[in-house]
Amino acid sequence: MQLPNPEALLAEITAKIQAQLQPNTALVGIHSGGVWLMNRILDNIQQNIPHGTIPIGTLDAALYRDDYAERGLKNEPKPSNIAFDVRGKHIILIDDIFYTGRTARAAMNELFDYGRPTSITLAVLINRGGVELPIFPNIIGAEILLTPKQNLQLSQDSKGKLHLTLEAYHA
Amino acid sequence: MRNLQLDADGKLKHLLTIEGLPKKILTQILDSAETFVGVAERDIKKVPLLRGKTVCNIFFENSTRTRTTFEIAAKRLSADVINLNVGTSSQSKGETILDTVDNLIAMHADMFVVRHSQSGAVHFIAQHMPENISIINAGDGRHAHPTQGLLDVFTVRRYKPDMHNLRVALVGDVLHSRVARSEIHALTTLGVPEVRVIAPKTLLPADVGKLGVQVFHDMKAGLKDVDVVMMLRLQNERMTGALLPSAQEYFKTFGLTQEKLSYAKPDAIVMHPGPMNRGVEIDSSVADGSQSVILPQVTYGIAVRMAVMAILGGGA
Repeated sequence: MQLPNPEALLAEITAKIQAQLQPNTALVGIHSGGVWLMNRILDNIQQNIPHGTIPIGTLDAALYRDDYAERGLKNEPKPSNIAFDVRGKHIILIDDIFYTGRTARAAMNELFDYGRPTSITLAVLINRGGVELPIFPNIIGAEILLTPKQNLQLSQDSKGKLHLTLEAYHA
Repeated sequence: MRNLQLDADGKLKHLLTIEGLPKKILTQILDSAETFVGVAERDIKKVPLLRGKTVCNIFFENSTRTRTTFEIAAKRLSADVINLNVGTSSQSKGETILDTVDNLIAMHADMFVVRHSQSGAVHFIAQHMPENISIINAGDGRHAHPTQGLLDVFTVRRYKPDMHNLRVALVGDVLHSRVARSEIHALTTLGVPEVRVIAPKTLLPADVGKLGVQVFHDMKAGLKDVDVVMMLRLQNERMTGALLPSAQEYFKTFGLTQEKLSYAKPDAIVMHPGPMNRGVEIDSSVADGSQSVILPQVTYGIAVRMAVMAILGGGA
């Protein structure tokens, strides 16, 4: 299967996010891929506006996952860091691959424990199909329909360049 | 024999002692604790991991602080908490430990936090547990106090991240201290190259050499160039016979004053597991001074206990 170039998809969602910026917009990336994307998107947006005007944050959502009872706590959860006041913000939540919708649900639940945002927009690089909840991303770079036996992974090399790999899924 | 603390896959099942726990597990607990530090700073100081679970604090020996921090930790994980001061309830009416525990199992508790004045009592209870219940040792006699040891190394790691390049001194009553044993095991497992103990001979265990530490009887030599000073409480309640001349005498020789602290590195941190005996093992000016991290220890204690409970409480 020919995978799209993630750098081109990044440019695409950056443009869509930029079109939605409001005075109270904040960006929140979900670890790890969503945080890489958020930092790149921020760099691009900040070429046009003053630095530091858009609040940013990171979330892991490990403490809100619905598979904790079956699978336990994730081995290396990353600390969430939302240093701005969530109340009254238009939050753009960024993740790399959208699949079942469960990570987005967990991340939204976590966000609400920081306060009540005015709105949440979900932006993802790729929607791979297979959603299990009434949740759908507002901003999508590309749709690639995959089977449950396939695993699509975003990675970042030492120069910060993004790569996509498709592998067989290991439970 | 399989380590009672680990399940067949090598995952943490009970937390009884740091001795014998692999570095991987200690690191997993400390890394997870990092994620829980921030929970206390949110609007809603709770995460839903242990929602619907019941954590039972059984304290056969009194302790306000440890019980309270375990209770806060469990509540911040959304668990329901039952506190049982057994000293004041059934045991005084003649019930055995196992009968007490069986009753709580029958009430569908999911996790037990146990403190007991007898070394080994918590292991004994863990052996008796059905498969689906985890035990956390909150201090047993002179043996172990693993969550205190973990929160202490967590505090060290936060202030001095390069653990492989540290000199740490434990000062005081090592003989009666379960905290000291847990700290020593945690520090050496995590790769701290030099751990010292500084104490009068009467307050050192006979087998201190086996713990892999350097022994000093003099503060000036022992504190020289250390990065971390961990004070221990004089455990008067566990002392029998005349181990010390007097509290004043002890303070003169082993009490941590600004002057003695000046032998350590200028950026050394000072720790104490609490409760402190001011003017006995530590001078107030040091306890409240700029190098003291005694109150952050308490804050981190909650995050570390949340991490331990979260690791034990999940997974089928």
